[in-house]
Amino acid sequence: MQSTFEHKQTAHCENGAIVNLLKSKGFTISEPMAFGLGSGIFYVYLPFIKVNHAPAISYRPMPGRIFNRMAKLLKMNVKRFKFSNPKKAQQALDENLQKNIATGLVVGVYHLPYFPDEYRFHFNAHNLVVYGKENGRYLISDPVLDYTVSLSAEELEKVRFAKGALAPKGHMYYPSTVPTEIDLTIPIKKAIKKTCNDMLAPIPIIGVRGMRMVAKDIVKWHKKLGVVKANHNLANMVRMQEEIGTGGGGFRFLYAAFLQEAGEYLQNEELKKLSNEMVGIGDLWRDFALEASRVVKKRSNTENVYQVMSNKLLELADKEEAFYKKLKKAI
Amino acid sequence: MKKNEVPQDESPISKHGSNELLYAVDEDGKLKPMQSIGWEAKTAVQNQNIETLNQRVIDAMQAVKEGKSSPILYFMELNKMDWSTLAAYMGSWVFLIKRHQKPKVFQKLSHKTLTKYAETFGITVDELKNFKG
Repeated sequence: MQSTFEHKQTAHCENGAIVNLLKSKGFTISEPMAFGLGSGIFYVYLPFIKVNHAPAISYRPMPGRIFNRMAKLLKMNVKRFKFSNPKKAQQALDENLQKNIATGLVVGVYHLPYFPDEYRFHFNAHNLVVYGKENGRYLISDPVLDYTVSLSAEELEKVRFAKGALAPKGHMYYPSTVPTEIDLTIPIKKAIKKTCNDMLAPIPIIGVRGMRMVAKDIVKWHKKLGVVKANHNLANMVRMQEEIGTGGGGFRFLYAAFLQEAGEYLQNEELKKLSNEMVGIGDLWRDFALEASRVVKKRSNTENVYQVMSNKLLELADKEEAFYKKLKKAI
Repeated sequence: MKKNEVPQDESPISKHGSNELLYAVDEDGKLKPMQSIGWEAKTAVQNQNIETLNQRVIDAMQAVKEGKSSPILYFMELNKMDWSTLAAYMGSWVFLIKRHQKPKVFQKLSHKTLTKYAETFGITVDELKNFKG
């Protein structure tokens, strides 16, 4: 098993687990394609939920959704298991490994010994693949690393049974059947439509409307909570955008790569043009991050920086709204 | 982001001997995955975040020193937890766990409960009981 498993580094952990698991089954797909087919781009603002003492902002759908959506479109089966008993969870994993089945796990990040401290938080939706066991240690392919690592049984149990929000409960998964040959035309169109509908959803906390709500709240944070808290919230927003393996600009570049690949597959020039436009939007998100970093370092000389940040985000929301409307028409 | 704009600034991951993938446009206009060792802007917001958390630990330590809080608060902050995460690890309710930060309630906790706290925080029961700030 170890000899045949091929580890590939990816930008985002969930895509990476998908790409590497499918590869082990003999099905090759690129990270952007897996991400796009899973309608991975998203935006949601949950001001009533606090993560790391700041309101929750996510640039992606709920953990597991990307793989499930993609699997459904490509008509493949994904087996998923959760456990209440850690020993049974380990047993099930061992049985899989004996049968040479590379297995995806959802784990908590806080107790992962190979992560730098700056990345260790009580975040319970990281994905990795276990591809073998050697001398009692589990061989781990963590998609965000460019090398493989290993964990002891105790270490693995700790991260599989991390507690708190989205506790993984030993969650393990693997594709049981994969298609041999498949036409991606319809899956691509369906996935793009889903993304457009999500981002343009008539719900105030989702998609471009969610961005506008955050834009309004940035000004409120400063007025009501003071500079320290406002900076903390802003910093956490940018961390969600850049830190957690988004491929830069809150997944925008990854999605642009998908649109480029989809445009070539469908021979659709409009999609390729829109891919370039998405790159431009990604660059604006990075400008936003850069400006935010200056604000938190208190090195911004602009007056009323929070209003400026808010306006920048509103501009992004307008650009994205126009973009997804065009994208919807392009397919 | 173009290939030559992929940031290569020293960062927590580069110090760790690692890197991450970003997608950027290459010379032929194709989006490709490229390794980056870090970005100054990202490191800045991460540092800000760590500073906030460190301040919380210092405040908690002060509260324990002044007898306003039990060591539970300090070790919770030290482990980057909030009340709901701690309650989940303790298998208990948030309002019950929050009571344990009162020094008087903490004094009366059973050995079993203290052991569970100590395990959660990765310390010994003595270290937990004797922490004075």
